[in-house]
Amino acid sequence: MKDVIIIGAGAVGAFIARSLSRYTVDALIIEKEFDVGDVTSMANSAIAHSGYDPVPGTKKAIFNVKGNRMMKQVSEELDVSFIECGTLTVALYDEQLPMLEELKKRAELNGVPCEILTGEQVIAVEPNISKNVKAALLCPTGGIINPFTLTAHAVENALDNGLHIVFGEEVISIERVDGYFKVTTNKNVYESKVVVNAAGLHSDDIARMIEPIDWSVSPRKGEYYVLNHFKPGFVNHVLFPLPSEKGKGILVSATTSGNYIVGPSSEWVEDKDDFSTDALTLAEVKRQATDMVPNIPFGEQIRVYAGCRATPSTHDFIIEPSKKYKEFLNVAGIESPGLVSSPAIGEYVVEELIKAVLPLEPNPNYNPFIKKYIKPQTMSIEERNALIKENPDYGQIICGCEKVSLGEIKDALSRSLPVNSVKALKQRTRAGFGLCQGGFCQVKVVNILAKSKGVSPLEIKYGREGSEIVIEEVKKEAM
Amino acid sequence: MREVELAIIGGGSAGLAAAVAAYDNGIRDIVILERGAFLGGILNQCIHNGFGLTEFKEELTGPEFAARFIKQVEDRNIEYYLNSVVSNLTEDKVLTYQNSTEGVVQLKAKAIVMAAGCLERSAGAIALPGDRPAGVMSAGQAQLFLNQFGYLVGKRVFILGSGDIGLIMARRMTLEGAKVLGVAELCAWSNGLNRNMVQCLDDYGIPLYLSHTVTKVVGKSRLEKVIISEVDECKRPIPGTEKEFDCDTLILSIGLIPNNGLLNNLGIAQGRSRGSEVDENFETSIPGIFSAGNVLHVHDLVDNVVEEARVAGINAAKYIKGEKLDSEKDIKVTAGNMIGYVVPAKISSIGEDKATFKFRVREPSKNVYIVYTLNGKEIKKVFKPVIIPSEMEIQSLPKSLFNGESGELVVSLIKKEEK
Repeated sequence: MKDVIIIGAGAVGAFIARSLSRYTVDALIIEKEFDVGDVTSMANSAIAHSGYDPVPGTKKAIFNVKGNRMMKQVSEELDVSFIECGTLTVALYDEQLPMLEELKKRAELNGVPCEILTGEQVIAVEPNISKNVKAALLCPTGGIINPFTLTAHAVENALDNGLHIVFGEEVISIERVDGYFKVTTNKNVYESKVVVNAAGLHSDDIARMIEPIDWSVSPRKGEYYVLNHFKPGFVNHVLFPLPSEKGKGILVSATTSGNYIVGPSSEWVEDKDDFSTDALTLAEVKRQATDMVPNIPFGEQIRVYAGCRATPSTHDFIIEPSKKYKEFLNVAGIESPGLVSSPAIGEYVVEELIKAVLPLEPNPNYNPFIKKYIKPQTMSIEERNALIKENPDYGQIICGCEKVSLGEIKDALSRSLPVNSVKALKQRTRAGFGLCQGGFCQVKVVNILAKSKGVSPLEIKYGREGSEIVIEEVKKEAM
Repeated sequence: MREVELAIIGGGSAGLAAAVAAYDNGIRDIVILERGAFLGGILNQCIHNGFGLTEFKEELTGPEFAARFIKQVEDRNIEYYLNSVVSNLTEDKVLTYQNSTEGVVQLKAKAIVMAAGCLERSAGAIALPGDRPAGVMSAGQAQLFLNQFGYLVGKRVFILGSGDIGLIMARRMTLEGAKVLGVAELCAWSNGLNRNMVQCLDDYGIPLYLSHTVTKVVGKSRLEKVIISEVDECKRPIPGTEKEFDCDTLILSIGLIPNNGLLNNLGIAQGRSRGSEVDENFETSIPGIFSAGNVLHVHDLVDNVVEEARVAGINAAKYIKGEKLDSEKDIKVTAGNMIGYVVPAKISSIGEDKATFKFRVREPSKNVYIVYTLNGKEIKKVFKPVIIPSEMEIQSLPKSLFNGESGELVVSLIKKEEK
């Protein structure tokens, strides 16, 4: 009998798990994919929103602002790149100026520091922005964050502190039996006193397993471009147009790795598993983005991607016990600003909702820090040489585009959180994230993964079940 | 900091040829930095034949061709480091590289030859529409998996793009038991060498769909199918022309890009080939930094790569020895009508007897003139019964035609009937 089962290892599940690991509990995370943060948490705008946009008083507003305030400490404890570069919400036309004032009031009600910059002031800090810019709302506490390691390191920290995780298990039914829950997956049956539903796009499907619900979660797809890190400072803030009903609009931003992203679109889709991109949508993303930043060098484009927001019918985050059982907690509809909110949501769910139904004793071995990842690229030449002398693997570059060494890859493979796929390794280490998109290094990565797991390269997956990369060995005597 | 006379970035065909040429012109203190585990670069995975027809007057495989140059390098005891990745280069020619035995090393060179080759355009670079499953990869990557690591990446294969590596892989995977269903090419013409069209597609009955592109990739985990559509003159898909192919693999052969980040970071102007602009000595705007081979412009024949790199190596040697590299580069060379790019970007009106131009046309043409104009005045025209984009054109002009005049030289394609 488990104390707690968390369904879903996205950013929300990850931070619930991490907060829970402060206590001595027998808790299990069940993830249907082969990696954590593998759906919405990896395919979003990677923004630590300041909280200027949500309607004051909503859960979105409360958790966003709180999460933003927690992010600096969280990023230090979890060794995640977080750059507080500030956000600019840009008015390009005179008629938008009243909306900007409205937004400023909203920001102030939410307790978010902000100021309105004139067009000239904006151009002074953003030389590549449209010369039509009339004014912009600067929110200095907004920033950018590495979405991959945010989730992965939160789970790693939870596992280090005693939690457990299973991958590739999809919950297919949940029953209430004798005061506990019987959770059946495609592979196992588990029993637990408390169940937390953090199943993202599928959280309504999970909630319906125990009772009828009056809310739903619908996939709203956003498509993006990724540009190479061609030069620093092409944009210095996260640049948003004014928000509309469809969301915060198409942004132009650097990422924590120095790349740039442009997106997202916003369209309702039927299939919760639809992450396809299409040419017309991306052309429209490009058109809108270039209104704000005219000379985006799309020749530097290295990738496109799409993610689906888990949009709730209630227009606000759903963070509450189910109607029938206070031990069954729904944490659902966590669309934007979900990523930045997740640390605050995790804390709230554990301190307010789980503690109300389960006595929790502090975990005497709890450590909020994960073991620091060695990042040779941030070191001086002397430091790198000392490191390579001690461990030559840090001298051997595997990914030439992103300069990722074998040492960094082996470090990622040695952690409590398993690396189950090429994509997982890419997201932990950046191997394969560069200009050639793995054209040169994927072969090496497949071999390193196979060796570390003691399996044939034939078994190595790109990401999901069934995503094997090579399918037949042709030369048994080959290297 | 260690100082050397010549540092060569890349130990593939261009780097090796440049090193040998510099050595044979009196330079002894040479270091080749190769990121791979072997010298030879991409030639090591090109196990098909067809290399060396000009250079060695015989038909070699890629590894055999590489082996001949590796032997020349070893015979001369030229120093090289493997598994060594160059991460930085400064304007005063200090480069930083690293490997697991030496650590991070800084090297100051009198001259540098950039010979880092090229890389393949990825699915992301063209925003390939649809899902992003496993089973979509570039042709060279599939070639590396198959020829150097011994793994076949798929059994039912479709190919996007008629670049040479894609055609070579169509044949190679067929020989390993895969079924290649077809090749779609966005252009109305093939982008591969004619011999590869014949030997890799026609001989195996693999259909080529010209003016077609992939309009949807389908597959949540591994590729399940691709949908291709015909495109109009503006390369826009034509609705209603869709064809579906059930396949587990999509090989992309959609172009190569010079791997020129180190020189781009120095702010050296980029030419239309996406390599650095160089003069006729293959010297960039930074004196003593030379560039040659696929990092300068993508070649179709390795024989041309080594020929070009040899010239760069000889000029690097001259530079090191303090010999004057011709006079001022007073003629700017630009690509005119229907010409994709021209190398070099600058030449001298005097000096050597002749100037050599390498360029590609934008589309296949028949009965045309390649016309050279200097400051608007035609100085030479060369008749070509057939000229195609997939074959690089190399033409030389005697410098006497310039009459010592400086200015702008434009290379253009003019249809014969228009004359």
